[in-house]
Amino acid sequence: MSTLSERILDAPAGTYVDREVDLAFAHDGTGILAREALREMGVERLAHPERLRLIFDHIVPANTGMAATLQAELREYARTTGVALSDAGGGICHQVLSEGVVRPGTIVAGADSHSCTLGALGAFATGMGATDMAAIWASGATWFRVPETIAVCLSGRLSGAADPKDVALTYAAKLGMEGATYRALEFVGDGVADISMDGRLTLCNMAVETGAKTGLFYADGVTLRHLADHGVAASPQAPEECRYEQEIDIDLSDIVPLVAVPHRVDTVCEAEEVAGTHIDQVFVGTCTNGRYDDLFRFAEIVRGRRVAVRTLVIPASRAVLARAIATGILADIVDAGCMVATPGCGPCLGAHAGVLGEGEVCLSTANRNFKNRMGVGGEIYLSSAVTAAASALAGEIAVPEVA
Amino acid sequence: MQGVGPAICLGRDIDTDQIIAGRYLRTKDRSVWAEHVLEDLDPTLAERVRGAIIVAGRNMGCGSSREQAVVALREAGVVGVVAPSFARIFFRNAINIGLPVIEAPVPPCTDGVRVSFDLDAGWVEVDGKRYPARPLSAKMNAILRAGGLVPYWRSHR
Repeated sequence: MSTLSERILDAPAGTYVDREVDLAFAHDGTGILAREALREMGVERLAHPERLRLIFDHIVPANTGMAATLQAELREYARTTGVALSDAGGGICHQVLSEGVVRPGTIVAGADSHSCTLGALGAFATGMGATDMAAIWASGATWFRVPETIAVCLSGRLSGAADPKDVALTYAAKLGMEGATYRALEFVGDGVADISMDGRLTLCNMAVETGAKTGLFYADGVTLRHLADHGVAASPQAPEECRYEQEIDIDLSDIVPLVAVPHRVDTVCEAEEVAGTHIDQVFVGTCTNGRYDDLFRFAEIVRGRRVAVRTLVIPASRAVLARAIATGILADIVDAGCMVATPGCGPCLGAHAGVLGEGEVCLSTANRNFKNRMGVGGEIYLSSAVTAAASALAGEIAVPEVA
Repeated sequence: MQGVGPAICLGRDIDTDQIIAGRYLRTKDRSVWAEHVLEDLDPTLAERVRGAIIVAGRNMGCGSSREQAVVALREAGVVGVVAPSFARIFFRNAINIGLPVIEAPVPPCTDGVRVSFDLDAGWVEVDGKRYPARPLSAKMNAILRAGGLVPYWRSHR
């Protein structure tokens, strides 16, 4: 019997296979390198342009003439090759592709490390470099080593201020930054049924922070309803009895708000232990926590109040932004004194739109708090949008309280 | 495939942000990445890695998939990278651009000690002590020997 990765890749763990890729994408950062590699390879015709996507999200809109020129080159490349382009403002690649593009059971390769996010839909989705991506665009296929699987067994139910992000930080702390290298994480157990698609995307997103090749949920009722909302019909995937290399248990009822402290994703403590820590900026967004659930929970807390520190909210996609406008929560966020910026990665990788100065501290809902990532000399704490909201109001790290 | 050079020793969990920072990514000019390689870790490293072999701790190259990280190391003149374990995207990227990466149970070392490797014979030597190198898959081996995925592609089409 097989793990979900073995089933989708159709081979046992540990074997090397060549497989056609159902969906392959790059963003404005990696796309330009893939374009260069294709030029050096002498490739003029792409094998399956209909399976490819270019998604501008890393520096949108362009912040310098150089960034604009590189994006213009990619835009022209998309036009001449027929590759579908999601231009600046459409949103983060992983989010855009979760909105009715990726299907359960498919093989997805992205030129971005957080491509594992899309395993939330029951796909085998993994990140690669730009030259690997160029070869996929040229040939339609690539090689994989079928990963062994670590089961993350979820039981119980989240309550109060606890959030799927806190579950992600929990497994990151348990496994450590290389605890799952070359492995897949499979999220299983009675607890998964209560986790929304937004929460599942958060959980799969951080798989790579433990070194994992991907994170996966089996497609179930939550998946099918999510896809149906985007006009896509799909079938569920039933888990089989299978052999996991390792199992870790997480009781969701025990989860409380957590924070990863600088400069490692796996140095995690209860928010209470770092409450009162000075912060200069709060950033709510990214492929980890810029989704509607995150903005909704953030807005529930800041509604009718004022943030005490500069706070940046960046929806993960245009669809998220539009929904936040339609339901009125964006007005709550703006009225609370937050800045709202173009859907995309924002300052997560330290290239634009909210980078930190020397000695500044940011509480961010992103997935990485590596030294200097958001700016030289800056420090990054990671939390859920719920903890970010309480902290934005307090002007320091604070423990959220949700009835 | 063989290489020899003085060691540049790095710690564990060296992420790709430290190898090349996000603020330097928006260019196609590879010399920019070489000039700023490992800058946030130690600004003198960009000069010192030329002709050297990096001996890193566990989980070398974790984090972002940015291929600029391995290109920066190669363009800066790094001969090879040795570590007890690598993050998978970094490892694959290095092979794809023809930069030798060697997984071997090497302990932490001191800058400047002599490092050599012989991938055909399957070993790496650090300061006179020999360690077994984990063999590459047949495909990765072929790609590395071709000088990377681009030349491999050109010779296989």
